[in-house]
Amino acid sequence: MIDTYRLRSPLAHLGLDARARAEADISGTGVIISERPQAGLINIRGDVSDARFVTAIEKSIKLSPPTVPNTVVGKPSTTRLMWLAPDEWMVITRPSGAERALKALQKNLKIADLHSSVTDTTEARTCIRVSGPRAREVISKGCSIDLHPSAFGPGQCAQTVVSRVGVMLAQTANSKTHQPTYELYPLRSFATYLWNWLEDASAEYGVKVE
Amino acid sequence: MTQTHRLTDGGRIDRDRPIDFFFNGRRYSGYEGDTLASALLANGVMLVGRSFKYHRPRGITSAGTEEQNALVQLERGARTISNMLATRVPLYEGLDAASVNCWPSHNFDFMAVNSLFHRILPAGFYYKTFMWPVSAWKYYEHIIRRAAGLGRSPMEPDADTYDKMNAHADLVVVGGGPAGLTAARSAAIHGARVILVDEQTELGGQLLNERFDINGHPATDWVADIEAELMAMPNVTILKHTTAFGYYDHGFIGFLQNRSNNVAFGEDGRSRQRMWRVRAKNVLLATGSLERPLIYSDNDRPGCMLAGAVRAYVNRYGVTPGNRHVIFTNNDDAYRSALDVKAAGGDVACIVDLRTKPKGELVTQAIEAGIDVIEGSVITAVIGGKRVRAVEIMKLNEDGTGVTGTVQTITCDIVGSSGGWNPVVHLHSHSGGKNVWRDEDGVFVPGDTLQSEQVCGAAAGSFSLQAALNEGDFAGIDFASKLGLPTKKPGAVPKTSSDVAEEPWKLLWYIPTTKPAGQRGKHFIDQQNDVTVTDVQLAAREGYRSVEHAKRYTTLGMATDQGKTGNIPGHAILSAALGQTIPETGTTTFRPPYSPVTMGAIAGRYVGDFFDPVRRTPMHDCHEKAGCLWEDVGQWRRPWYYPADGESMQDTVNRECLAVRNHVGMLDATTLGKIDIQGPDAAEFLNRIYTNAWLKLAPGKCRYGLMLGEDGMIMDDGVTSCLGENHYLMTTTSGGAPRVMAWLEEWLQTEWPDLKVYLTSVTEQFATLQLAGPNARALLSEFTKDIDLDNDAFPFMSWKSGTVADIPARIYRISFTGELSYEINVPASAGLSLWTDIMIAGEKFGIEPFGTETMHVLRAEKGFIIVGQETDGTTAPGDLGMDWIVSKKKPDFIGKRSMSRPDMLRDDRKQLVGLLTSDPSEVLPEGGQIVAETQPKPPMTMIGHVTSSYYSAALEHSIALALVKGGRARMGDTVYVPIDGKTVSCEVVEPIFYDKEGNRIND
Amino acid sequence: MFLIPCPWCGEREESEFSYGHEAHIVRPEDPEKLSDAEWANYLFMRTNPKGPHLERWVHTAGCRRWFNVARNTHTNEILAVYLMGEKPPKNLAKEPVKGAKS
Repeated sequence: MIDTYRLRSPLAHLGLDARARAEADISGTGVIISERPQAGLINIRGDVSDARFVTAIEKSIKLSPPTVPNTVVGKPSTTRLMWLAPDEWMVITRPSGAERALKALQKNLKIADLHSSVTDTTEARTCIRVSGPRAREVISKGCSIDLHPSAFGPGQCAQTVVSRVGVMLAQTANSKTHQPTYELYPLRSFATYLWNWLEDASAEYGVKVE
Repeated sequence: MTQTHRLTDGGRIDRDRPIDFFFNGRRYSGYEGDTLASALLANGVMLVGRSFKYHRPRGITSAGTEEQNALVQLERGARTISNMLATRVPLYEGLDAASVNCWPSHNFDFMAVNSLFHRILPAGFYYKTFMWPVSAWKYYEHIIRRAAGLGRSPMEPDADTYDKMNAHADLVVVGGGPAGLTAARSAAIHGARVILVDEQTELGGQLLNERFDINGHPATDWVADIEAELMAMPNVTILKHTTAFGYYDHGFIGFLQNRSNNVAFGEDGRSRQRMWRVRAKNVLLATGSLERPLIYSDNDRPGCMLAGAVRAYVNRYGVTPGNRHVIFTNNDDAYRSALDVKAAGGDVACIVDLRTKPKGELVTQAIEAGIDVIEGSVITAVIGGKRVRAVEIMKLNEDGTGVTGTVQTITCDIVGSSGGWNPVVHLHSHSGGKNVWRDEDGVFVPGDTLQSEQVCGAAAGSFSLQAALNEGDFAGIDFASKLGLPTKKPGAVPKTSSDVAEEPWKLLWYIPTTKPAGQRGKHFIDQQNDVTVTDVQLAAREGYRSVEHAKRYTTLGMATDQGKTGNIPGHAILSAALGQTIPETGTTTFRPPYSPVTMGAIAGRYVGDFFDPVRRTPMHDCHEKAGCLWEDVGQWRRPWYYPADGESMQDTVNRECLAVRNHVGMLDATTLGKIDIQGPDAAEFLNRIYTNAWLKLAPGKCRYGLMLGEDGMIMDDGVTSCLGENHYLMTTTSGGAPRVMAWLEEWLQTEWPDLKVYLTSVTEQFATLQLAGPNARALLSEFTKDIDLDNDAFPFMSWKSGTVADIPARIYRISFTGELSYEINVPASAGLSLWTDIMIAGEKFGIEPFGTETMHVLRAEKGFIIVGQETDGTTAPGDLGMDWIVSKKKPDFIGKRSMSRPDMLRDDRKQLVGLLTSDPSEVLPEGGQIVAETQPKPPMTMIGHVTSSYYSAALEHSIALALVKGGRARMGDTVYVPIDGKTVSCEVVEPIFYDKEGNRIND
Repeated sequence: MFLIPCPWCGEREESEFSYGHEAHIVRPEDPEKLSDAEWANYLFMRTNPKGPHLERWVHTAGCRRWFNVARNTHTNEILAVYLMGEKPPKNLAKEPVKGAKS
């Protein structure tokens, strides 16, 4: 384990923690954004028609790779498995679960002795969470896919472009408000640009940092 | 100034909310609900500008988007917007507008003298006069620009913001008139996601201008009801004051939304305008129709307007445009204008109808209302310059080619003319749809469509209100069923009693006068571009038979209004001159935008800091704190060099270079592309992609590779390391990373799906800190306990994993500087803290951070190439003297076959050489052209160009790399680089300048 | 700005994709056996029809998979989308079909 003092999230330089404390009262705010860094992001590739591959993954993270494009399985509170391509998935874990999942996947896929790959990309991206009653409008300013509830809902994901930045986009349900919460996973180098764009696009609705 | 032309009641204006505004510096007053045009007319202001070419006085001609003359410069300074239509600018408090295109003032125009020389300003005048001699254009240009300008662009950056919104719909309804409203409603009650868009500030379309009834009540009440009903539906979005300006492929429509009533300013921190990018499954075009004028002599005098505009001002704005109105028509509909003026208490002098014995219901109503109807007659002259004072009327002869009888002079100040109505088929045309000529009333109606689109109401040539209501309602249901939505009872179709039987229009495109065209007054077809009937006839005589050519030659329909009113009469007159039918002549293709779109809206927020994404490395803050200057490499922002206070770039780079050569330097190399390659066929894959041999690279070892395109030209290069069995890490150039990744995937997915290889981009997983210089080992050893840095244990071109400052790391011993060098890869989040620690610990070793410029100098001293600098897509390995890396043994690799193409074997190909200037301090410009012998002046035969050029502090001499024809045979020769009046002589040398034996790299 | 139905991700805007080149141009098995003219033909010669055209696209911003698109170059209508290794719909196959490698 790396000493935590050494770790610096892609958006750490924006002082978001201090802003979140100052903007704690989010009532009446149109858009709420936050950085959720250091979730485990493990890229796996393999042949989903090979039962050994599926079994090895199930054994490692208790989830089967979804075969329906643009869907996610699992719970945000623990581990999720996101479809990226017909032979590619992303395991998303809580920060504390990343190392265990990575080791389990590497071990079980090695035992299965089949052509597959497991690559840790935890550091390559950060997660920007966008919620609040105007979240969908804000993202739609920069994203051409249809985010209407009839077309995009909890459990769905997409790799697409938000304001010129490639992202993995996922929607989670907010059980209290029934309003969508979006997770944007940009590559870390793009995170500042995307964050600044989001804040700018949200300004007319009122925006606070969580 | 009082509102002399304002009616005491009526109209959709709010008389309790007066608004003060300025036009050409004078203060006027209007009401909430006015447009600038209606408020000007209310104040008796008709003269609003000067025409483009002749600078004739011009007045308001319409009440909408088809306006040709009433272009204004809105506001001043940074917020000024040119060429806004007064008919489309809602009045707001303090509005400040001025006429465009008049100098020094709209009332006294200096350039009106052009009018006197109209005989030398015919069609094609500019082409004929100013295009020869070509060199003289620069003398003419500024005079013409001054005379022919249309508004001014602001000199300051735009003070407002613009943004974009993406939206999706089952059905987009363009046009909020009767057809659009019924369609939106009937589709929406079935559950379709509907977006209804209208360019006006209110829904209702033409109903706002009329005194029609629907379901027994005023039509505008019905509009209000249906708007309320639609607003209550969650599946309906209504966008008012929003123009659907373009209809593109696959249901893609562009909207330009004015987000504040105050069109020159944003409000409430919102953008001033919003560009909507809408993707529609289905589109309904209910865009209505635009009236076309009759083309009579001097039909551009202020006071000449469209008949429909006359009643729009009366009914919608409570303004009588003039004191005495004449209506000139070929149809029944224009009688409504006379009836409405009369009903509002205005004065109608007469209706001039070019038809003989008109007897429609509206004609009867007009006669019953006491309006004088002069049938079978036309206007032959308009009296008055800055304002219509009277018209002359004569009988039309039987075949419509001339006039007969006595002249009747009628005093009036408004002529409202109507030549019928043109369906607005622009968007249909944008989408790839064809338009079909309908001979009976002389209109183009929408024909076949390429997309899931329908047109209904007046836009489809159905000019009655009931037809619009019926067609809209039906279309909405039709779309709903096409979407597979469950059928519901939509309720009864609204009914109107306003439709009456109307007689056919009589088509007469050119209204004759007492003399042939051009000899008595001017018949304007396109008022904004000053195109007259004689211009079009001249074009025909000069052989312009294609409408597309005639249009460009005469500039007909090429003004900001894009010929909304003038195109059809223009084409008809061209056809007549060519002696062919209108369908034979054809119509021009309408292209987006339907009406002008501000550049700001196209850019949206992608200006300034948002112009393009900036990619930051994990160590960005360190570099910023160290005061570096930045270089953009692709989207990456990389440190360029780190000047001390007041230090010049050259001094800085010299210092950084010497630090690396003599002590140690550190470079942020995070941006290099990194691709993780796994699978049993990984080595075979690399063997096919790279030019050299890859089957025997052992774990722990690194190898340089060159990647070619199939054409044998260099595409990318980098070091690939064997991480373990069937596991490799490829590095690519910073800018080339995405392209290389796509290239590799293409081969795997398309040609070689049998190869078991998986690729994953890991560029951003790691922060890469490059330590270079003789002290690198000593410095690094302070940070690692578990990696043996000894030269034998950890030689050049190998890598090891372990920890650096207790951070898991991979260290690659590779070098782009020619020095002992380690590339430390750590998890990206830890990069910044490690960089900081190494900089502190490195002080005693003389560490300096260095940027891309120093890196470039150091590698050039070693003759290492940069793909994209020494190569340009026509450079092969042999050209760079890199045959050593091209395998002769491998049977095949990408690009191999092209190596033996005849062109590759030419001995005069450009080859990489080094250049040393005779003056060691002279640094050649990159891109400088190289010649073999100097001539007194150009042309000289170019034999190559400089690809890289720097001052080398280590050598105390400038150095350059160059591509020179047959360069390797020219070693020792002198060549010349002419730059700015002098010629620099250089010696051709081997392309390596420093440590030719390569000892330092292996130390 | 047209829509391309990615065989995996569904309809997305054109800007998410990159155009590769004409489809069904198979790399020769043994390039060394080809004459210069034959190799040049493989390298450079492409059709340029007004009408149906078989082309290769990649969903760059999405799943990064390459696939084939039959597109009418005149109207931009997407006539068919099919996976690598699959043959074009019969009515669209150009004559002679160089054939996709399965």
